[in-house]
Amino acid sequence: MSTSPELYMKRLLAAGYDRIYQLNRCFRKGERGRYHNPEFSLLEWYRTGAGYEQMIRDTEQLVTTIASKLGMGTTLRHRGKKIDLEPPWLRFTISEAFKKMAGWDPVIEPEARRFDEDMVLKVIPNLNPSRPTVLMDYPAPMASLARLKPGSPDVAERAEVFIGGLELANAYSELTDRREQEARFLKEAEQIKQEQNRIAPMPQKFLRVLSNIPECAGIALGMDRLVMLFCDAQAIDEVIPFTVDEA
Amino acid sequence: MDISDVRKGTKLMIDNVPYNIEEAEFMKPGKGSAIYRFKLRNLVDGSSMNRTYHSGEKFTGANVSTREGQFLYRDGSHFIFMSTDNYEQYTIGETLLGDKGHFLKEGAIVTTLMLEENPLDITLPIFVELKVVKSDIATKTDTVTAQMKSATLETGYEIDVPAFIKEGDFIKVDTRTGAYVERVVTKK
Repeated sequence: MSTSPELYMKRLLAAGYDRIYQLNRCFRKGERGRYHNPEFSLLEWYRTGAGYEQMIRDTEQLVTTIASKLGMGTTLRHRGKKIDLEPPWLRFTISEAFKKMAGWDPVIEPEARRFDEDMVLKVIPNLNPSRPTVLMDYPAPMASLARLKPGSPDVAERAEVFIGGLELANAYSELTDRREQEARFLKEAEQIKQEQNRIAPMPQKFLRVLSNIPECAGIALGMDRLVMLFCDAQAIDEVIPFTVDEA
Repeated sequence: MDISDVRKGTKLMIDNVPYNIEEAEFMKPGKGSAIYRFKLRNLVDGSSMNRTYHSGEKFTGANVSTREGQFLYRDGSHFIFMSTDNYEQYTIGETLLGDKGHFLKEGAIVTTLMLEENPLDITLPIFVELKVVKSDIATKTDTVTAQMKSATLETGYEIDVPAFIKEGDFIKVDTRTGAYVERVVTKK
């Protein structure tokens, strides 16, 4: 049971496929909350010759197309609020969002624990509730598989889409430099060993073909959360017939 | 226990104080680590607090159980109970019981919350019937609203009751608010 199809899909890109998608089940042990169930559906797609901004434009188009096919126009009603889906969606850098809502800049001080806590408690709850919002350019250490931004090596080309307080999708301009990717994995494996006292195996088959992957970008979108938005659901339990608690 | 095993209703020790998890919220930013927000109820003094924790944190479970007991008598600042299971006696201090001591009548059956072998708290019935042992005679004045006067109950508790209540009457008291509810006519 895989946590994400990411590395396999990149192996397909290395094999020459240039536009691919997959809608599959992913499994993440222990993740259970209002927006989480250990088994969930992920829609993931990749394009060669594209960057993370293209993936955000794809997502804008996907969501507005669904709304229009459902006869909603460009207005989504979710949890008592109207959300205007008209592209382009709001875009802020992580640096801008954190400075405004949490009072510090994680690009200058990339502290993971503080970042995670302030993201869920200060930033996400204060995003504009009536517009989809994209947060872009994450601190370089918080995007292990993304390419660093040309000219700004302290941020990575990673973007996340938020609609109605829900974190919907995560996009990368993919890192295709084998040496850099291996160095990042080794650093992470060392950290896992220190913190959790377990050995994280290197994804050798992925690393071996990484240099065959052309410039590309990919995005993963939580399907259950997308259904939640269009069904005006309060919790993921309303769109999954048998959650882990009912299994 | 690991934080991922903590659920609503889990009882755990924090700084040597037992807490009940009243609400547990799991949040996780993409690619990040989990954040848990707990609303915790202090099982000793009843106060509540909100705390934020991170994945990987460990807790010690609180060995909390309930026991049914009968209130036997009061000895100064101590309330003596007897377990209805094994007839063993146990004592709860006045300070731990707080206002609940005012509504304990000899023979009353209550649920006692235990931390290991130590009583922490009791759960009273919502309504108790208590005898009025002392009450002034109300001064008669013509008003349309009910006249209230002060009365003392068999437990020593002072309460406001309507003017028509006499010494020797039984009244029903709401243990959540400590307020008079009605006169009980059957008990004489």
